[in-house]
Formats: sequence, structure tokens, C-alpha cells
Amino acid sequence: MAFPAIPPSWLFGLVGGLMIGGAAALLLLVNGRIMGASGILGRALEGDGGGQGERLAFLVALIGVPGLVVAWHGGAVTHASTDLPLMAVAGLLVGIGTRMANGCTSGHGVCGMSRFSLRSIAATGVYLVVGMAVYFIARHIVGVL
Amino acid sequence: MRALVSAASGGLFGLGLLVSGMTDTAKVQGWLDVAGTWDPTLAFVLGGAILPMLLAWRIAARRGRAVLGDPIPERPAPLIDARLLGGSALFGAGWALSGFCPGPALASLGWSGIGGTVFVLAMAVGMIAWQAARRRRTAVAA
Repeated sequence: MAFPAIPPSWLFGLVGGLMIGGAAALLLLVNGRIMGASGILGRALEGDGGGQGERLAFLVALIGVPGLVVAWHGGAVTHASTDLPLMAVAGLLVGIGTRMANGCTSGHGVCGMSRFSLRSIAATGVYLVVGMAVYFIARHIVGVL
Repeated sequence: MRALVSAASGGLFGLGLLVSGMTDTAKVQGWLDVAGTWDPTLAFVLGGAILPMLLAWRIAARRGRAVLGDPIPERPAPLIDARLLGGSALFGAGWALSGFCPGPALASLGWSGIGGTVFVLAMAVGMIAWQAARRRRTAVAA
């Protein structure tokens, strides 16, 4: 067949992306909340203020629903590194960084950029460029990845 | 009702992350590896996720309130400061080293093994540490 081959992973990416955007739209339009993973987790850990019930419901479903699907269906891999000191350092950086910047890929990247927030566009630009630079150094220069 | 909608959103978010391949750290690091075998999937995911939200923000602006009565979150002041940029840089570094950002790390907690679990625990510690440090600073200033 002469049909140009679009890699299926791009199509899955687009479909999954539409689902992510649909989830963010649902939370915004019905509950009036920004769907940011780091903000929801960070405030849930802080433990004060209202809205704790809906944050916990979000987190339980975020962890539980894909977990059940994978347990039943199988086949998913994360390729997560088992270099535990590396993962601990990375987790600390992500935890501190996302709370400092008030957002991550979902809050700034999806919810903020789609409303043309300058803060979110700046944040997304920085974590993309720094992410690419750090990956380049870690993989191609230092060789730890 | 709010919790139910929240759970529906969290579940759909998690499934979207799974379907899109973003729970696979190799795909995310493939996107960051511009000097290697670059994988553009993440651009399709981000683009796909922004589309429904473009529409949602338009509807939100017209309605002014969410269906359950809450006001639509206000647009933050366009303050681009060291905290925003520095935090995003730290986040970008941790994202590159692990291939995880907060959403996919949580969504894949059920099958990401010891590496994924250590990442999520460290991320939680980092969040609590930042908040504790900030609270102490505010207390000293007051």
C-alpha cells in the first residue's frame, strides 16, 4: 500500500493527548479547578485548606484506573531506571521544582499554555530547554543515562 | 459530586497518559534526546491535550462560572520571576534524569517498580520540603 506510514505511536500520542485535554476540560468546566498534577499532589500533601476530598479522589483515580487496566490487560512498561540514587535525586528535583514554579507539564504545559498564560509559556520553554540540555549532558557527555 | 467529577477527570487523565505512551520514560527521554534518535511523540500528546483546553477556556470565559458554581480560576499576574524560571529549570533537570514528570509518575505507580516508587516518594519529600521552607520564611518575615 502506498499510503504514507504515520508511526502508530504518534496517533496514540494524539488520541491520548485528546483524553488528557478532555480530563482537564472536565475538571475546569465542572469543578472550576486547574488540572495540574504537581499542584493537586502538593496541596494534598500540605493537608490544609478545603477541597481535600476532591484532590484525594483525583489522585486515587489517577493512580488506580491505569493501574487496574495494566494489571488486567498487561503489556505496559515504564522503562523506569532502577538506579535508585538517580531516581531519588530526580524525584527531589521534580518535587521542589514544580512547587517552586507552581506547575508542571499538565498545569503549565496543558492548562496554562492553552489560555496563553505568559508564565506558563515561559515555564514550559525553560523545562523543555533545560530538560534537553541536561539529557544531552547526562547521556552523551557524562554517560550516566 | 465534586469528588466524583474529580475522580472521573483523574481516571481519564491517567488513561490518556497510558494510551499516549507518556508513562514510558523511554519515550519521554526520546523526546528530550535531540542529539540521538529523537522521538516527536510528546509534541502530538501536548498538541492533542491543548486542543480541548482551547475550547474549554473559551466556554469558561463565556460562562464565567463552572457548572458546580465555582468561579473560573483567574489568570495569574504575568509575573516571570526567578522562582518560576528556577523552579522550571530544576523540574526540567529531574524530568530529564528520570523521564518522569508528576502526572505519568503517579499514573504508572502501579507497575513502575522500585525505581518509579522511589521517584514518587522523593518527589513527595521535595514538595513537602519546599512548602516547609516557604512556611518558615513567611513566619520569620512576620
